[in-house]
Amino acid sequence: MEQAIYGNEKQIKRRRRIRLGIVYGLLIFFAIFILIPFYWMILTAIKVEADVLRTPPLLWVSPTEWQFANFADALARAPFIRFIINTVVVAVISTIGTVITTVLSAFAFARLNFFGRDVLFFVLIATMMIPGEIFVITNFITVVNFGWIREQTYFDAILAMTIPFMTSVFYMFFLRQAFKQIPDELYYAAKVDGKTDRQYLWRIMVPIALPTITTITILNAMNTWNAYIWPRLVTQREEFRLVSNGLRDAFDEGIGPPLYHEQMAAALIVTVPLIIVFLMLKKYIMRGVSRSGIKG
Amino acid sequence: MLEDRHNIKSWFYLAPALVLLGIFIFYPIFNAFFLVLLEDYNYLRGDFQGFTLTQNFRVVLRDPNFGFAMLNTMLIAFVSVPLSVVIALLISVWLNAVPIKKLQGFFQTIFFLPYVTNAIAIGMAFAFLFNQYYGLINWFLALFGVSPINWVGMGATWGNAMTSLLVYVTWLGLAFKIMVFLSGLQGIDKQYYDAARVDSASRPRIFRRITVPLLSPMIMYITVTSFIGAFKAYTEVIGMFGERLGPPGNDKAMITIVALVYDALDRSGTTGALSEAAAAALILFAVTLIFTFINMQVSKKRVHYG
Repeated sequence: MEQAIYGNEKQIKRRRRIRLGIVYGLLIFFAIFILIPFYWMILTAIKVEADVLRTPPLLWVSPTEWQFANFADALARAPFIRFIINTVVVAVISTIGTVITTVLSAFAFARLNFFGRDVLFFVLIATMMIPGEIFVITNFITVVNFGWIREQTYFDAILAMTIPFMTSVFYMFFLRQAFKQIPDELYYAAKVDGKTDRQYLWRIMVPIALPTITTITILNAMNTWNAYIWPRLVTQREEFRLVSNGLRDAFDEGIGPPLYHEQMAAALIVTVPLIIVFLMLKKYIMRGVSRSGIKG
Repeated sequence: MLEDRHNIKSWFYLAPALVLLGIFIFYPIFNAFFLVLLEDYNYLRGDFQGFTLTQNFRVVLRDPNFGFAMLNTMLIAFVSVPLSVVIALLISVWLNAVPIKKLQGFFQTIFFLPYVTNAIAIGMAFAFLFNQYYGLINWFLALFGVSPINWVGMGATWGNAMTSLLVYVTWLGLAFKIMVFLSGLQGIDKQYYDAARVDSASRPRIFRRITVPLLSPMIMYITVTSFIGAFKAYTEVIGMFGERLGPPGNDKAMITIVALVYDALDRSGTTGALSEAAAAALILFAVTLIFTFINMQVSKKRVHYG
């Protein structure tokens, strides 16, 4: 009897180990599926052109043959460093604006009571349903009328790419949830201490909600890094472009051979900064993303 | 306990956001409905011929690319969304089964990578993966004796180009879904699984009867938002095929509804173009609304809110 139970347990353990082995196998398979495009990008970026244009393709290049000149060639083809600087400038300015406007409005929605608050909040949430293309049409006319397009200076271009994105209903909603979790007692205690609402917001609520604000900052900066449509519409000169446009325009075919090694070197230059930021701030990004999927 | 009303003060806090939203969100919504009613509107001259209910919609619907744009958009949505939801669900269940936290974190980081890449850059990498002569895909298929397929090259067929685009869009959509599902799974009470184990329920049965129902609000949410996102597919097409929106020699084969909007917007100086863009955008909005409504009806019956 004892023997039987013991044997059974051993069997269960073995079965569990096999099952875990299968799980690892499947995870590794899909991890490879995810990683292949990155590997192919990196590999092509460091191959000499002759090796890129080889059938069947080489699946590995030994470190002694890595071709870093491709990066210099890519940078000579289009001002990618300039595009990266533009993108960082736009990301910083629009993110600062977004954080300020959303902190203030989220505070009003979470903490203050005013006429029409719930109706207004509902109306704002409802706008999230509407595809952005509907806004883009009129916003384009608006920035033309603001004088940010014709005879565009760098300053105009930055204004056109930042001002329309200095607030976000989604982040407002996200931040309001974080503010709402702060207990009312803190507010009353601050009031007793003679603190004004403004002091309470910036000295108590903002520090407590800092993880959420950090997440908003990162998500917003990432959006700028990926922005394609709007910058393409509003920038009038090549050197004002952001990374996505710059990259696409530099290699939109038509003239000459496709130069895959340069394409992939440029793609890598654009991809790496974001991945470095991600690896440094993994905790905040992942938490923000998984939270944004949970209904508040 | 917010009994005091702070009307004036509140509006001060709201003002910066509301001014921006007013100019860049609310006004554009009304203006889109206004633009679509104008006949032969030219914004450079600022004049129009009169009002019309249907003219601008008719222009869009008669566009020879409209049918293709609708077909491509629907295909992208109805193939890539269900596919990525199912794969993401499976991966997150497997991830959740990894007992070593460090290892789980390692896999999680890998699966998250597509989320933090530039859609144009990685789209270009996909285009080269699918290259007929130098790409990895055809090298792999050759191992099984498949002769090189022209996926995205000169004169590639619509079907081949679409297949490679769908692989890319599905790949790109996995990261976000895996993260959301995993955090959902980690929130499920272990008791349910212990009870199921006592009843010696089989694994697939546990998955169908416990995991999926308990995760159903999240699956529903992800499905709805992913469909809305997929209806707006455009940057992915640009990433793989460039502004040509298709393989060389088969231009615009991958055109989508959003591409129609921007196509019209690029001609913004010509008569009627902005109204046409507004009409295309409103058609997109209508598709989104109808679909969300259907989803909500289904979810009323199927989704289990614990």
